[in-house]
Amino acid sequence: METLRTDHKIIASLIHKGAKVLDLGCGDGILLKKLHSLKDASIQGVEIDTEKIKECSRVGVPVIHGDIDEGLSDYPDKSYDFVICSQTLQAVHKPREVLNEMLRVGRKGIVILPNFGHWRIRKMLFFGGRMPKSNELPYDWFNSPNIRHLTIKDFKEFCAKEGIRIEKEYYFKSLDREKPGFLANLLCRYGMFVISR
Amino acid sequence: MASTEKSVGLVKTQKCRFDSFKLDCGRTLSPLEIAYETYGKLNDDKSNVVLVIHALSGDAHAAGKHSPEDKKPGWWDIFVGPGKGIDTEKYFVVCSNIIGGCKGSTGPSSIDPKTGKPYATTFPPLTIKDLVNAQKKLMDFLGIKKILGVIGGSLGGMQVLQWAVDYPDFVDAAISIASSAKLSAQGIAFNAVGREAITSDPDWCNGNYYGTGKNPETGLAIARMIGHITYLSEDVIEQKFGRKVKGKNNSSPAAGVDFTQDEYEIESYLSYQGDSFGKRFDANSYLYLSKAMDGYNLYEDYGALENAFKGVKSKFLIVSYTSDWLFPASQSKDIVRALKANNIPVTYYNIAAESGHDSFLVKNEIGELEEIVSSFLANIKEVSNGNFKNRP
Repeated sequence: METLRTDHKIIASLIHKGAKVLDLGCGDGILLKKLHSLKDASIQGVEIDTEKIKECSRVGVPVIHGDIDEGLSDYPDKSYDFVICSQTLQAVHKPREVLNEMLRVGRKGIVILPNFGHWRIRKMLFFGGRMPKSNELPYDWFNSPNIRHLTIKDFKEFCAKEGIRIEKEYYFKSLDREKPGFLANLLCRYGMFVISR
Repeated sequence: MASTEKSVGLVKTQKCRFDSFKLDCGRTLSPLEIAYETYGKLNDDKSNVVLVIHALSGDAHAAGKHSPEDKKPGWWDIFVGPGKGIDTEKYFVVCSNIIGGCKGSTGPSSIDPKTGKPYATTFPPLTIKDLVNAQKKLMDFLGIKKILGVIGGSLGGMQVLQWAVDYPDFVDAAISIASSAKLSAQGIAFNAVGREAITSDPDWCNGNYYGTGKNPETGLAIARMIGHITYLSEDVIEQKFGRKVKGKNNSSPAAGVDFTQDEYEIESYLSYQGDSFGKRFDANSYLYLSKAMDGYNLYEDYGALENAFKGVKSKFLIVSYTSDWLFPASQSKDIVRALKANNIPVTYYNIAAESGHDSFLVKNEIGELEEIVSSFLANIKEVSNGNFKNRP
């Protein structure tokens, strides 16, 4: 069996067998496909990019062509066990609404964020005086889909204010390498949070 | 990928006949004849059946040619054939003429054995359910116990949804294209104008024009012209025809205006489409089928669309086109919404296309549909509905 990327491995360990999983911004559908094959999960993806929709279809992942900014009103309350939003939140117009909707539709949410508070990014902005670019954030200011620049600290504060419980947290150097949470906002490129309300 | 040169080759329309067929309205058609064609090979366990359903004006002849001299192949030849969207090297494809039609299946132009004359307007009213039940009869006749995929656009897409609702255990995958779970009021409105054009044609003779030497071709042509406008987008009309003027103009200040002459290219295109349709289609069939379409309403039939999908077991692919204003994306999204309300996995793709409602029939738009449908079908056997278990 091919190896799983670390973040996918963690998500697979978090969900129970036969769980209902909705992935917002599911990309090529690989995570959902794995969750189906490993955990017999009942899966559904949502994706805005037409090329990715076709990739999902190629691997047999059901995917709805849609904009999560338009809301999840089509989805009944608590109709999923888990709603995943991996590296998507920073690209939506209404992250607050999306997060609230995630927790209405799902019993739990799993959010993966690129951390704009990472020291390299801070360094680029501080010394370079330009908007940072990196492997994780390869875009220029004018073409970046990432319109919500948030840090791990921002996210945690937001959750506290919104009454969202962070049940578990994981940190990464890259999505294939987990890191301890020590000074995470400075040292980690990604954070993963299991949230509920 | 689109290898439109490849074809299923020469094909023949076949017929099957049933002694009686009970309709939704309570009446019985006896006999019922169904014209159909098949392409590809049925595999040993009969698990590779794809049922193609045509739209309002189609027929059983979806692909290939009837004779080498045929100018045009079947109506969906760009999509059905070896290596195409529905690959006839993999699938056994069946397409039948819907009942009420005029291309071999029993319809208003068929002879009523009770009177020895064509039914005309004594033909019973039809529903989408009836069209589907007739196809089910055909499947039974062919010894098919399960359909891998049922696919259709527009009126065909409506039947696809009805299939999934009425025969949940029979349909593995339902693919509805540019369709809706009910015809919109706007759709009814356009159909009404089309019917009015037919019934106002003096040659319609209250429907009893068969054998009289008369045929309401003009009325039917006008109905088709209106239909054609609704099948195209504003953009595509602009691009294809614009305000281009056709040939010479007989009008002059001295002679007055010749209103019978097509001045613009769009006019002559519509006239041509109308005329050829007027000659090849039966006006009463048009009336009956457009009525069946008007009456289709999965919302009302089940109280709510969510309820209609309660027992379905198929996997769904719903496709809409961005430039389709007759069956707009919002109507497809509503199908998706109702499926989601039942926790049914669904793939939905709103294809960016310029050609409007007819995009699924247009060669230069077919690529996206081909990709999504072929990959969707290829995955049906691997994953089954709900819990995605591998099928035995």
